[in-house]
Amino acid sequence: MRYGLLTAAFAASVAFTTASHATELEVTHWWTSGGEAAGVAEFARAFEEAGHTWIDGAIAGGGPTARSVFVSRLLGGDPMGATQFNHGRQAEELVEAGLFRDLTEIAEEDGWRDIVNPPSLLDGCTLDGRIYCAPINIHSWQWLWLSNQAFEDAGVDVPTNWDEFVEAAPALREAGKVPLALGSQSWQAAGLFQVLMVGLGGPDVFNQVYGDKDAEFSAGEEVARVFAAADDAREMSRGSNAVEWQQATNLVISGDAGGQIMGDWAQGDFQAAGLVAGDDYSCLPGLGVHDVIATGGDAFYFPVLDDAEKSDAQLELARIMLSPETQVAFNLKKGSLPVRGDVDLEAANDCMKKGLEILAAGNTVPAVEQVLSQDTVTQINDLMTEFFNSEMTAEDAQAQFATIISQAD
Amino acid sequence: MQAQTRRPTRLFRNLSAKIASIPMILTALVIFAGGTIWTVVYSFTNSRLLPRLNFVGIEQYERLWSSTRWMISIQNLFIYGICMLIFSLVIGFILAALLDQKIRFENTFRSIFLYPFALSFIVTGLVWQWLLNPDFGLQQVVRDLGWTSFSFDPLYNTNIVIFGILIAALWQGTGLVMCLMLAGLRGIDEDIWKAARVDGIPMWKTYIFIVIPMMRGVLITSLVLIASGIVKVYDLVVAQTGGGPGIASEVPAKYVYDMMFQAQNLGQGFAASTMMLLSVLIVLIPWAYLEFGRRRHG
Repeated sequence: MRYGLLTAAFAASVAFTTASHATELEVTHWWTSGGEAAGVAEFARAFEEAGHTWIDGAIAGGGPTARSVFVSRLLGGDPMGATQFNHGRQAEELVEAGLFRDLTEIAEEDGWRDIVNPPSLLDGCTLDGRIYCAPINIHSWQWLWLSNQAFEDAGVDVPTNWDEFVEAAPALREAGKVPLALGSQSWQAAGLFQVLMVGLGGPDVFNQVYGDKDAEFSAGEEVARVFAAADDAREMSRGSNAVEWQQATNLVISGDAGGQIMGDWAQGDFQAAGLVAGDDYSCLPGLGVHDVIATGGDAFYFPVLDDAEKSDAQLELARIMLSPETQVAFNLKKGSLPVRGDVDLEAANDCMKKGLEILAAGNTVPAVEQVLSQDTVTQINDLMTEFFNSEMTAEDAQAQFATIISQAD
Repeated sequence: MQAQTRRPTRLFRNLSAKIASIPMILTALVIFAGGTIWTVVYSFTNSRLLPRLNFVGIEQYERLWSSTRWMISIQNLFIYGICMLIFSLVIGFILAALLDQKIRFENTFRSIFLYPFALSFIVTGLVWQWLLNPDFGLQQVVRDLGWTSFSFDPLYNTNIVIFGILIAALWQGTGLVMCLMLAGLRGIDEDIWKAARVDGIPMWKTYIFIVIPMMRGVLITSLVLIASGIVKVYDLVVAQTGGGPGIASEVPAKYVYDMMFQAQNLGQGFAASTMMLLSVLIVLIPWAYLEFGRRRHG
């Protein structure tokens, strides 16, 4: 008994003397590929330097798989210390149900409103004027990654826009390469499609379809052109035989495929493979037609916990994630753009600099997850994966797409 | 005196056994029946990520039946179900009949045939994913043997992908059916065989017209096992194709799961699972009526 009292007193004294008592915090996320894992290790390092213990809860299989695990755990009363979501509407109902902590206090203290750029990122975390998540990076889907090696083998110049890429496709086929690598998971096909929409149609078309959910417009001529391009993309992607996006990216890295339309998270894998932007691979934001990127990204949400120590550690983690040093270290490794407009990315490569320029010029559109509910996103995913894996005509697909948009919320 | 001679009421007969089964009865009522009713009720709401009692009538069902993915799922289940039922019964019976010829090493063969059943559907799916992969599996082996134009890639062909899954399911499941059938065959009296032989009835006729009708119990057990396996097929598809290529190998159970946990649309998932329950009941109720109703009437 006396011994117990002593340890309790000792523990109390330790707690009072050092502000940051070592606390274990489980952080769940779906970052498992090379570049992603390197990025998340930066967070873990910074958090452990502050005297805490980072318990890594990586879930393989991509966002949809991981999110269903997160949601079951949260609803089942087994909350983690912090968890990743794409900011936007994925966690909307969980926030409404009061499962996540209100971070407004530290956000105001640290002036998140002033440092987070573009401000729309913070809006994605805000519900009824309160802030519920810490945005940590900007990811944009609108990139076409090209393998310089593949085009050299095929004897054609590296294209500078989508149309040149389509023209170069037969030469790539002849050289025994897949022109456009595409994984078979449904979200990849849907992502490719929305890039075609914003890249070829421009931000106005994108906003009218995804933002305003204009069904009539979606059935119209301008969107028909996007579907015609999707038809080309389908032809070019035949024979990819990849499932995960990393496998498709690897085809580009090895020069077996001409290119891939994938978000800028693919860049982390190019770097991890030791390739140099500009020399070994090229990137075309907005498909080289419209220089636009979307400002989706990842954010961390912090579940409400009973444990006071863990609750303190949660706030500390939120601060660490947004601090200038971690922002730079994390985003350089992961290949995404920082959420702070005031950090210096000297070390950024060519492709990231292009992204930063577009961001600084304000040529942005919201990410699909920010404007559509998960339900609608899944419907579009289903349609696109069916389209890309069957002989469905572009007209039929467009008609179905317009129906989904008319029911979207 | 009268109280003593009266027979105890039915309710109190075997009282201790009845008390002992109360927990199970409660579990069945609360968890199975209660959960089912809850699901059906919430399938008429527009619940998204969290269940909410906001009724929208049959909107979820309208959307369900106008969804291409659901129609493909139903069609796949139908094809898979019928083929699975026929092939696993026929192959299972033929294997059992062959083993029943008092062959040597019967135990060894029985173990080999039953062995796949010890594997989970996930492992089965992964094994057959590799075997049916055109670059590494069966197709490549045959091509290496000299038939260079040989083509067999069911998992990458939208039209026949469901048969690729069927092959794996049959490989995994027929062993069990065979064992059940073998037990049934062993239960047939030797004298019947002798009598049939004396009468000069050929062996195949004996099997079809005498032995099989005598194996009714075993057949029904196999049927129930196979049928319940058909409706709940999910893990095999996830492991083997993930529903692909495109949505060509989707099944209803996967639709339910994806709607509930990935699309964050509980109402839609509940509507789909209610339809699954309904289809099971349509098959089950007439059968139960025939089976138990007949027995009661003697």
